[in-house]
Amino acid sequence: MDIIKLLAVAGSGTLLLLVLELIRRGRLKERYALLWLFSGVVLLILSLSRALLEYLSRKVGIFYPPSLLFLIAFVFLLLITLHFSAVISGLSEKNKRLAQEVALLRQALEELRQPAAEQGKGPEKRA
Amino acid sequence: MMTISMNKILIIIPAFNEEESLPGVIQDLRGNLPDADILVVDDGSRDRTAETARQAGVRVASLPFNLGIGGGMQTGYRYARRGGYDIAIQFDGDGQHVAAEIGQLLGPLRAGRADIVVGSRFLQRGDYRPSFFRKVGIRIFSTVLSSILGMTVTDTTSGFRAANRRVIEFFARSYPEDYPEVESLVLLHRAGMTIAEAPVHMRDRTGGRSSITPVRSAYYMIKVLLAVFIDLLKK
Repeated sequence: MDIIKLLAVAGSGTLLLLVLELIRRGRLKERYALLWLFSGVVLLILSLSRALLEYLSRKVGIFYPPSLLFLIAFVFLLLITLHFSAVISGLSEKNKRLAQEVALLRQALEELRQPAAEQGKGPEKRA
Repeated sequence: MMTISMNKILIIIPAFNEEESLPGVIQDLRGNLPDADILVVDDGSRDRTAETARQAGVRVASLPFNLGIGGGMQTGYRYARRGGYDIAIQFDGDGQHVAAEIGQLLGPLRAGRADIVVGSRFLQRGDYRPSFFRKVGIRIFSTVLSSILGMTVTDTTSGFRAANRRVIEFFARSYPEDYPEVESLVLLHRAGMTIAEAPVHMRDRTGGRSSITPVRSAYYMIKVLLAVFIDLLKK
């Protein structure tokens, strides 16, 4: 077993274990862990089987098979960050809605506490 | 004699650190539209904006943190939707808009000629002299927007607008965030709303600082144009 293979197996194995451990401790929701798990498994399989890696590399015309590993890892990272961007967008929209709701509820509460709160009409009008 | 207005009007004043100018703005509005309700949306101000507005006796919706002009304005529209208002007027808290000119905006709205009326500084010869870069920016926005909307829009960044119930409902659901004036017109157009402009004057600020500095202008332009094109891609 050459060093690059050893490194690749150790790397993808660690990634997989780390993801599993985070899920087990409830630190990572399954929904977000799916892509990580999938990428870990794919990388581990390719790291273990040099033959498969070489076959695939030849198919796509990659001269140095381990660089296919990097390519796949890179693509997964891209997908994962894109997924994060989408998730963050959703969260910030929800965050905005919550802040607006808080402001409107505060206002409603104020109005309840002092019903004579002028209802937006000024003292000039009454004078 | 009492004038009975058939329309329930809400004036939305977005305010971020506007304690200096707010009392004057509210007084100006009350003198001109005594029957309208006024809501100040305090967008996480660090000064006494909310207290100042409360002392003036208007309604205040205080956001727990700064959302930016888009999120703040939408808070007002959501209030208007819930309160069953027929017309919502966007009016700046910095004193640059003239309350006496609200009538100009209400005209086309009440006549049913438009769903939203935008107050434009450029429809009449006025005292507004923008800097060179602003002038170029205004021209570019105007050209791009006019071709998208299929009508001439002179003052695309105006924050002095009056909206009917249809637009209130629409904005309560979706309102663009960072620099919303330009983008929101595109969204409205795509939603089939009619847009009109009315000539108004704008004063120099009476206090505080504009959120748009010259340094940010280029960034602003690129961002808004990108946002507009992205909007065109949306379903």
